[in-house]
Amino acid sequence: MNNTIYGVTGIFETPDGIIEAAKIVEKSGYKRFDVHTAYPIHGMPKAMNLGPSPLGYFALVFGLTGAFAGFLLMTWIMTYNYPLIISGKPFFPYPAFIPVTFEITVLLASVGTVLGMLFVLFKLPNNSHPLHDTDYMKKVSSDKFGVCLEAKDEKFSEAAAKELLISAGASEVGTIYYDEETLNFKPNIFDVKFNVFLLVTAIVISGATYVLLNKLMYTEPFNWMHHQARIDAQVPSKFFGENNFSMRTPPKGTAARGFAPYQYKGQPELAEANLTNPLPPTRENLEVGKTKYDIYCSPCHGYHALGYARLNGQFPNPPSLHSEKVRNWGDGRIFHIITEGQNSMPSYSTQLSKEEKWKVILYVRALERAMNAKEEDINNDK
Amino acid sequence: MSSDFLHEPSVVEGRPSFADIDRQISAPLDQKPDYKYFIALGISSTMLLIGVFFIGITFYYGIGLWGNNNPVGWAFGIVNFVFWVGIGHAGTLISAILFLFRQKWRTGIARFAEGMTIFAVMTAGIFPLIHVGRPWLAGYLFPYPNQHEIWVNFTSPLLWDVFAVSTYFTVSFIFWYVGLIPDFATLRDRTTSKIKKIIYSIFSLGWRFSNRHWKNYEMVYLILAGFATPLVLSVHTIVSFDFAVSIMPGWHTTIFPPYFVAGAVFSGFAMVQNVLIFVRKIFNFEHIITVDTLEKMNKVILATGTMVGYAYAMEFFMAWYSGNQAESFVFLNRALGPYAWAYWIMVSCNVVFPQLFWFKKLRRSLPFMFVIGVLVNVGMWFERFVIIVTSLANDFLPSSWAYFKPTLTDFGILLGSFGLFFTLLLIFIRTMPVISIAEVKAAIHGSQPTHHDHERGEYNNE
Repeated sequence: MNNTIYGVTGIFETPDGIIEAAKIVEKSGYKRFDVHTAYPIHGMPKAMNLGPSPLGYFALVFGLTGAFAGFLLMTWIMTYNYPLIISGKPFFPYPAFIPVTFEITVLLASVGTVLGMLFVLFKLPNNSHPLHDTDYMKKVSSDKFGVCLEAKDEKFSEAAAKELLISAGASEVGTIYYDEETLNFKPNIFDVKFNVFLLVTAIVISGATYVLLNKLMYTEPFNWMHHQARIDAQVPSKFFGENNFSMRTPPKGTAARGFAPYQYKGQPELAEANLTNPLPPTRENLEVGKTKYDIYCSPCHGYHALGYARLNGQFPNPPSLHSEKVRNWGDGRIFHIITEGQNSMPSYSTQLSKEEKWKVILYVRALERAMNAKEEDINNDK
Repeated sequence: MSSDFLHEPSVVEGRPSFADIDRQISAPLDQKPDYKYFIALGISSTMLLIGVFFIGITFYYGIGLWGNNNPVGWAFGIVNFVFWVGIGHAGTLISAILFLFRQKWRTGIARFAEGMTIFAVMTAGIFPLIHVGRPWLAGYLFPYPNQHEIWVNFTSPLLWDVFAVSTYFTVSFIFWYVGLIPDFATLRDRTTSKIKKIIYSIFSLGWRFSNRHWKNYEMVYLILAGFATPLVLSVHTIVSFDFAVSIMPGWHTTIFPPYFVAGAVFSGFAMVQNVLIFVRKIFNFEHIITVDTLEKMNKVILATGTMVGYAYAMEFFMAWYSGNQAESFVFLNRALGPYAWAYWIMVSCNVVFPQLFWFKKLRRSLPFMFVIGVLVNVGMWFERFVIIVTSLANDFLPSSWAYFKPTLTDFGILLGSFGLFFTLLLIFIRTMPVISIAEVKAAIHGSQPTHHDHERGEYNNE
């Protein structure tokens, strides 16, 4: 049986009656009491001596937060993080930020105020309050008006409270008890039901998030453009017989257009002996050579062929091209190295044509000569 | 009418008791719906399914199924979007702006109009989504830090639209739900069904009708109304920016924001009035949604219709006064060119017919106001059609002109949008109180203290 008293209630028939009763209860010194009516009654906050509502401040704080957060976010994005010129507007187009700033202000202020009221101020949802499912609540939610004096008030005693309500004009009075089960309920973190609920929630939320972010966002349900009736390169295909690929092996002796076989494969000495630079060191040739050298050779050899360059440290340092040995090599030897590679240097045949190789060699020779200039070079210039 | 403005006539006819109000408003929720309801639901859900089918084949085969062509890249998709967002403007206007102006006649219709707002905005939201062609990528419209390390363009009116419409939906929804909480609590205490009790308990959040709560509740209602008022004006303003910020002739004008807002209220009120005529008859709400209330709505329709007419005239004046050739041509072309039929439907439905509401007898006649309401919505749909299609079809470059012809898919999706709206509305009617119980109670005679011991005695309700 219930025996912990929550409070004493009185039912009143008219709006005038309830407002008088609220005044009487307030004047008699009760602090913890409440008036329950199916709709807000004009003048009731004054009769109950309630202070002003704090919700205006909620709205102010949330609204200002929204305004500043929105405006600063847009400023950071458009002006600092990823500045773009869009339809000739400046990087800080603040007039264009006004609509979104306004919307975020309204959104945050409305949502924040309502949620703050319901969940912080009223501590809802609360369906286990002792007043629920009582006759009293059923009456005040429809057509009666009620006052409830709570037992937690210092002045409370059941008999005196009932007397006060009757003297205020209550048509009926009653007592509300706590639900013992609810009162003695102790939350247990290891409760099976609770843990199953947690688990199911976790699975549902993480699953939904996974599907949404990793599948749905990248779904292309009707991606015919991706699946066309054609054979992709490097893919096994039975079109040309079993165990074949979509690409055909060329017949023996096929040569690509512009292909010229290199006859001194693996024979640097022979190349040095037989190949000579066919190009004269003209200004045009040297300029092409410099361009190609700067693109393909300078990353390792350096702009001045000294062997110090921006890739040093990541690969073994190449030797200087100004050494006695290299200067004494014939052009054919250098041509051979560019064509076939040497040590960790790869072949540059795919990057440089035959002509370009000779031009690069002209440029290397020019560099060598510049770094090891002799007296007669100066005289020659005169 | 008496000349005493402080003595307002009651919004509720007769003197129903509080218990009567509970019973009458929750009657649609307590009774089993009759066959007429199912016929209505059948029709609207069939329309909805037709729409779903056509949207489905649009996704399958692509936007090419629509009538959109090269100059007319925006057609039915955007026309329908603007139309439905406009319909959604009546609800928040009634619940917020009329609340701030202390218009008590809004009490009976506010909940219903708010519901219509939410459903209309939901319907409107479909169109930009399907118009982008790949709606599953719509998440990119929100500025979240993604792996591409790029952001949305905050200087684009189309992005403002995303924020405006989603904020409008959220705030309208909250407004609606806050109003519903006490009513769910009343239903919770009335119902005898166990399942319904659980459902109502969850949605009422355990509301206790405490006056300590009511004080804050009224405050939050005031704050929400205060925020929703500029919001409702901003939404269609931003929708109009979609056009006004571009440089198309016929779109690039500063009159668009007020003109669009007036048009939105105009069409929204017509739609609310149309639906209410049926609801009050079917559910016997005639004494709560009175003919007086409908007459006041008709006055709003008349006022906003006249504003829209003024805007049409002013557009022509500005086109001539600007001396801009392209601008002048577009407006002459609207009235006399290939789309003249649409233009004159628009003018007659929006400007001419609503003027009949100057006559009190016609303003209070149910069949007549229904017909005008339908015409207004037809006219407002054509207004958006005229604005969007005529400007695009005959723009600066005559060599690229083309005539827009809608396809069956266009009409199917339009029909489906009506199906979605009315299906949601019919479900709403049967599952939630369509009139605010608490607000009506607070507004009837004798519901507020007389304050006879008060110096403000002469302001009382009696």
